[in-house]
Amino acid sequence: MPRITPEDLKKIKEKARRTSILREGKGRAKIVVHMGTCGIAAGARKIMNALLKIIEEKQVEDVILTTSGCAGLCSREPMATVEVKGMPPVKYVDLTEKKIEEIFEKHVQKGEIIKEYALAAGSEKTE
Amino acid sequence: MPFRTDVLICMGTTCIENNSFEIRESIAKELKKHNLTEEIRLVSTGCFGFCDAGPIILVQPDGVFYQGVKEKDVPFLVEEHFLKGRPVKKLMYTPPKEKMPIPTLPEIPFFRQQVLIALRNRGLIDPEKITDYIARDGYSALAKVVSTMKPEEVIEEIKASGLRGRGGGGFPTGIKWESCRRAGEKRSEIRYVICNADEGDPGAYMDRTIMESDPHSVIEGMIIGAYAVGAQEGYVYIRKEYPIALDRLNTAIMQAREYGLLGNNIFDTGFNFDIEVHRGAGAFVCGESTALMASLEGKAGVPRAKYIHTVEYGLWNKPSCLNNVETWANIPVIINRGAKWFTTIGTGDVSRSPWGGSKGTKVFSLTGKVNNTGLVEVPMGVTLRDIIFNIGGGIKKGKKFKMVQTGGPSGGFLPEELLDLPVDFDSLTNAGSMMGSGGMVVGDEDTCMVDMAKYFISFLVTESCGKCVPCREGLKRMKEILDRISSGEGKEEDIGLLEEIAFTLQYGALCGLGKSAANPVLTAIKFFRDEFNAHIKDKKCPAGVCKELIEYGIDPEKCTGCTLCARKCPVGAISGEQKENHVIDTSKCIKCGICYQVCNFDAVFKK
Repeated sequence: MPRITPEDLKKIKEKARRTSILREGKGRAKIVVHMGTCGIAAGARKIMNALLKIIEEKQVEDVILTTSGCAGLCSREPMATVEVKGMPPVKYVDLTEKKIEEIFEKHVQKGEIIKEYALAAGSEKTE
Repeated sequence: MPFRTDVLICMGTTCIENNSFEIRESIAKELKKHNLTEEIRLVSTGCFGFCDAGPIILVQPDGVFYQGVKEKDVPFLVEEHFLKGRPVKKLMYTPPKEKMPIPTLPEIPFFRQQVLIALRNRGLIDPEKITDYIARDGYSALAKVVSTMKPEEVIEEIKASGLRGRGGGGFPTGIKWESCRRAGEKRSEIRYVICNADEGDPGAYMDRTIMESDPHSVIEGMIIGAYAVGAQEGYVYIRKEYPIALDRLNTAIMQAREYGLLGNNIFDTGFNFDIEVHRGAGAFVCGESTALMASLEGKAGVPRAKYIHTVEYGLWNKPSCLNNVETWANIPVIINRGAKWFTTIGTGDVSRSPWGGSKGTKVFSLTGKVNNTGLVEVPMGVTLRDIIFNIGGGIKKGKKFKMVQTGGPSGGFLPEELLDLPVDFDSLTNAGSMMGSGGMVVGDEDTCMVDMAKYFISFLVTESCGKCVPCREGLKRMKEILDRISSGEGKEEDIGLLEEIAFTLQYGALCGLGKSAANPVLTAIKFFRDEFNAHIKDKKCPAGVCKELIEYGIDPEKCTGCTLCARKCPVGAISGEQKENHVIDTSKCIKCGICYQVCNFDAVFKK
């Protein structure tokens, strides 16, 4: 590494922005993929991989991706919950790679909920 | 592929002792097994501060906080949480007296009330990666200083912030820098900046943690300080007992050199500065500024009288600016966020002079009979009660609070009546204790104050360098008197004699160690005089600690004749038939207390 300039500091910071958001747990949007045994069997892994790929390709920095257990509606797996800041969380069911791509583009990036794919708005209360 | 989760695992000294290395290896292995290495990243961080709960793992972005993790928990944890997304409840933190575990870090009372400035990057960065530090605004304060501020402006900013020395003295940092710069300019001399990392207080590890979890913050602070006072060379004097801190500091210095942040022509401004690390040999007194500088020069580490200040004639008789680790770590934040912001935290008014208050935060290491032992950073002015009962979670085993000692071995003991005292430099000094470097030892109802005073005076006797008479002789005589009192041979005039020697130390000792050494004895007498009287007049130790003054006995009403105590007694002092009352032969008893500990029926008592 050669000597760095004040501008380089900013570049390094910019490059690490995704990591910083991840470590502080403060994204603009959060996608929870339900990865219970049922979810994994129904193809939740594919959904997760598709999301990771989208995030990489579009170089999205402010969306955090996480997993949770079975949501109790095993017949409608794979499922994911999308939470955009300032909007109620939405549960999407019967997902495919194509559907999640569309959801990412419209709901996560533009804030437009895709009603046809959604189960319901809101999330169960947690203890 | 981008990572979706960061698993931050604590690599502080305490967690390493509790196998966090092995745990990290085994997580790595399990992640590989589940094909998760591409999406889940393992990050080694510095200490989180909640050392009582170690080894600690924080999972982000979920914020899930795991504690007390063992190697055997790892396969379950990785499969359940990282693969299937189900956080593992049994590894979460459950506060004392409660049943429900708390899943995420910000909800845990220990963390909730802390304000992080010096420890701003703890648990968030890998201390061995300079880019992690830069990503959290690291070295941007340095860039700002060297490219847009004159040295005098930097000094003014630090003065206006009201920052006072975190090593114990509480001297305003800005004024120190200004005097050093002036002395150097007046005599056209080179100047030195020094970092005091010789943290010697028993049970205190604030500085160690800062160096282990964020070494670059100290280095950046020092470079800024060097620019302000006009120094080209700096030293870190680190105690020998800190191998991990030393390693990380050396790594950080090497990285900073590679990036051109240390060395010649920093940021192309013509400013040159480099740092050398010097290891201390483990003497407590070398934390004192003049002793430290003597030791740096290769001489015996003993202090000198300070009518000539080290900012004028310090290391090799050059103007030298010495600050402690925590003070240096505060500097970049003050530069970035401004003195004005800094003054919004803390007590008093520093608009006229930095002496007017205590601004910012202070890191304390909370130890002793408190539930959540660990490292906490709180705004100046919070009360002792807040620290001990809210953050610290109260006294262990539901016992009663008795005293807290602030400021290390030469700090004073403060009783329950002073629990609402705001913690800042001046309040603590006025109460007869001190801020010191931030040690905080809590004692419960089973703590004997004569014994405590004796313990700390014994420590100071061995650490006194012996150069001046009041400290060398005074401490030794004080220890003899305390020994006498605790063994039941105290005389009525002993309390007065202790006070007299203590005052002599305060006025006559050469350095801060000797001057403050009498604090434990003076405050113990001031706040717990009854206990001294009980030892001297009634020949009793009310807390049941001083061996010579207690006697063990067995309550015949409670004794079931289970024979356990008789079997455990190492000297065969207990006799009795099975299912019959047992008795202790006090002439044989060595008062080891084993019977008291093992009895299942509370039948053994102390009197």
